[in-house]
Amino acid sequence: MGKLKYIIAREYTTRVRKKAFIVMTILGPVLFAALMIAPAWIAQVEDNDLKEIAVIEIDNIGKPVPDSLMILKGVFENSKQLKFTFLGSTTYSQAEGIVRNTGYYAALIVRHNVLLSGDKVSVEVLSKKQLSYGVEAQIRSALETYIYNRKLVAYNVTADILKSLNTKVYVVTTKIDSEGAKGQGNINIKRGVGYFSGFLVYIFIFFFGAQVMRGVVEEKSNRILEVIITSVKPFQLMMGKIIGIGMVGLTQFLIWVVLSLFIFFGAEAFMVNRKMASLQTQQQPTELFQSKSLPAQNTAPPIEEIDVSAFMKDIYEIDFFVVIGAFLFYFIGGYLLYAAMFAAIGAAVDSETDTQQFMLPVTIPLIVSIIVMMNAITNPEGQLAFWFSIIPFTSPIVMMARIGFEIPWHQLVLSTALLIATFIFMTWFAGKIYRTGILMYGKKTGYKEIIKWMRYR
Amino acid sequence: MTFFEARNITKKFSTHLALDNVSIHVPKGSIYGLLGPNGAGKTSLIRIINRITAPDSGEVFFDDRPMNETDISRIGYLPEERGLYKKMKVGEQALYLARLKGLSKADAISRLRVWFEKLEMNNWWDKKIEELSKGMAQKVQFIVSMLHEPELLILDEPFSGFDPVNAGLLKQEVLKQKALGRTIILSTHDMASVEELCDYITLINKSKAVLEGKVDDIRAKYKSNKFEIVYSGNVGALSGALAGNYLLEASGIKDNGHSYAIIGMGNRQAGNDLLKLLISVVDIHSFREILPSMNEVFIAAVRNSIN
Repeated sequence: MGKLKYIIAREYTTRVRKKAFIVMTILGPVLFAALMIAPAWIAQVEDNDLKEIAVIEIDNIGKPVPDSLMILKGVFENSKQLKFTFLGSTTYSQAEGIVRNTGYYAALIVRHNVLLSGDKVSVEVLSKKQLSYGVEAQIRSALETYIYNRKLVAYNVTADILKSLNTKVYVVTTKIDSEGAKGQGNINIKRGVGYFSGFLVYIFIFFFGAQVMRGVVEEKSNRILEVIITSVKPFQLMMGKIIGIGMVGLTQFLIWVVLSLFIFFGAEAFMVNRKMASLQTQQQPTELFQSKSLPAQNTAPPIEEIDVSAFMKDIYEIDFFVVIGAFLFYFIGGYLLYAAMFAAIGAAVDSETDTQQFMLPVTIPLIVSIIVMMNAITNPEGQLAFWFSIIPFTSPIVMMARIGFEIPWHQLVLSTALLIATFIFMTWFAGKIYRTGILMYGKKTGYKEIIKWMRYR
Repeated sequence: MTFFEARNITKKFSTHLALDNVSIHVPKGSIYGLLGPNGAGKTSLIRIINRITAPDSGEVFFDDRPMNETDISRIGYLPEERGLYKKMKVGEQALYLARLKGLSKADAISRLRVWFEKLEMNNWWDKKIEELSKGMAQKVQFIVSMLHEPELLILDEPFSGFDPVNAGLLKQEVLKQKALGRTIILSTHDMASVEELCDYITLINKSKAVLEGKVDDIRAKYKSNKFEIVYSGNVGALSGALAGNYLLEASGIKDNGHSYAIIGMGNRQAGNDLLKLLISVVDIHSFREILPSMNEVFIAAVRNSIN
């Protein structure tokens, strides 16, 4: 046992000190967060300079509308990036001159006769440069809202009628268990927990299992194995490698969790600030229409109402003691089971390129797990989900998909006991292959050969 | 006294017999050569001694008792297939391997410092293995195999890959280990180093031990009973004196101008009689019995074992 500790320490420290590990550990969550934050940030940066847009109205007979008679005042919201200026009594040709010779970004020309002409309306914008999509969208949406409300008024729709048009539907699921107690649960949160944790187990097994295999192949092609196995038993060396790399994985995972939480809360604060800002700006047109006795609700796009207290209740309803406990167990158990197989593969071949033929029996159950997991999330009590969450080669991933849905305890016990037993058997089995395989050089190994190794003393 | 013994070792792999009833007896404080052509079974035997694999039958003894798990720490092993972690630093790696052998950190460091000093490797500590040449890396391995001061040192082709200067340096170290009372098993194809270093040998061919014993005895056994003389004088007088009793197998002139002759003894044994006879005929500069080189013994023994 004493020597095992040195092996684990070496496997751990040499990997943790690698630049690739440090870069991946720090960059992993940052990259992930960047993917989410960057578009919002870039959009904000782009629009920082103020653009001024001249608004010109032309009446039904083609004459410029004087300032006092302009009808679109208040329709457009001014922001830090965009300012709408109403120019009364300006002709079309004057507008061209204004855009060409003054600091205006663009001129918006609205002809009164087209505004209520049907369900397709066009307005004209003169600009020196291609109009940015954001500005165009803002103009369009402001005018659409304005025309929508004008039409409502034309149809004599009152504010009260409008209010009653909107209906929000909530689906409340009530689960009745055998004891007759009632519980309410939000399926989506449980699915989310299952999907996320199952996927994490999958990635962990694949990524770090492959590292075990690569480590064994490296030792073998380095020809260092024979030096080491006179000091320690091959089994110790194999276990040291599996445990050491597992600890590297756990370390990376823990750092990711901490960093992600950090970034998540940072990003959330960032997003909330932006949302507040946009809420404030959306209020302005509302006021306008209220003054014209029009209902306000429709003008702003409906904001998703999240019942925070219900959400929290659903979260607390999940038995986190079981979920986290099971996650750690299947996370580690699944890794140990597959790492032993990966180690055996590494021992059986001479170089990484030869690993292909042996990879299939390892990758197939993993991929099957992921496919069954998708099914188990929507149908956690089904036969498929049940059996694959008992079979040890798929249980680490499939059981995690079901774990949010209160698994009967005897199923959990069966699944975990089988996983432990299989892990022990597989480690013993892999140890036998490993012991012989690491000393075989230059021979192309097949399955037949490996079965023979089992009989060597 | 037999320090180490392998008795009747047989090891079978699926398709072939790697070792067939092989025994070796290694006296304490000797250098024991394990010779044989490629694939003869030397490495299989060494792996069994190191408990890397187990024999199908036969047993290994240490101090006249069966070897057990703890005896492994009394062995230092330099395998033929050897390597190091390329990305690790020399010092770190040597320390790691030494600690796996059971040395404490402080002991390992102080011993490594001594060895690094001795083999002129002082500034290597923080170098990565991949920055070293093959020979340099082998020096590190050589040190690691004997750092825990094992009573039995097993060296498999230890000098291959070294330049003559470093090979000489390491041979001196092997002899020093012997002088310290340690026992060494040396597996090699290099017959010159067998003559130079080994006290005893076993020759393994086709899974069987075909020759075992003291190097001197074996060479004597394989000698062809010939003498070489270097002399000044008349070759005619020489052949005249030899006629009848001895056989003049070859004669000629050496680079330094002296004449030489190789004389077969026939069924006579005493070199002294020949010498007495020749003293009266020519001026003798040197007179020596021709012993076969280990190379010749090796080839002859392998050939015999085939027939």
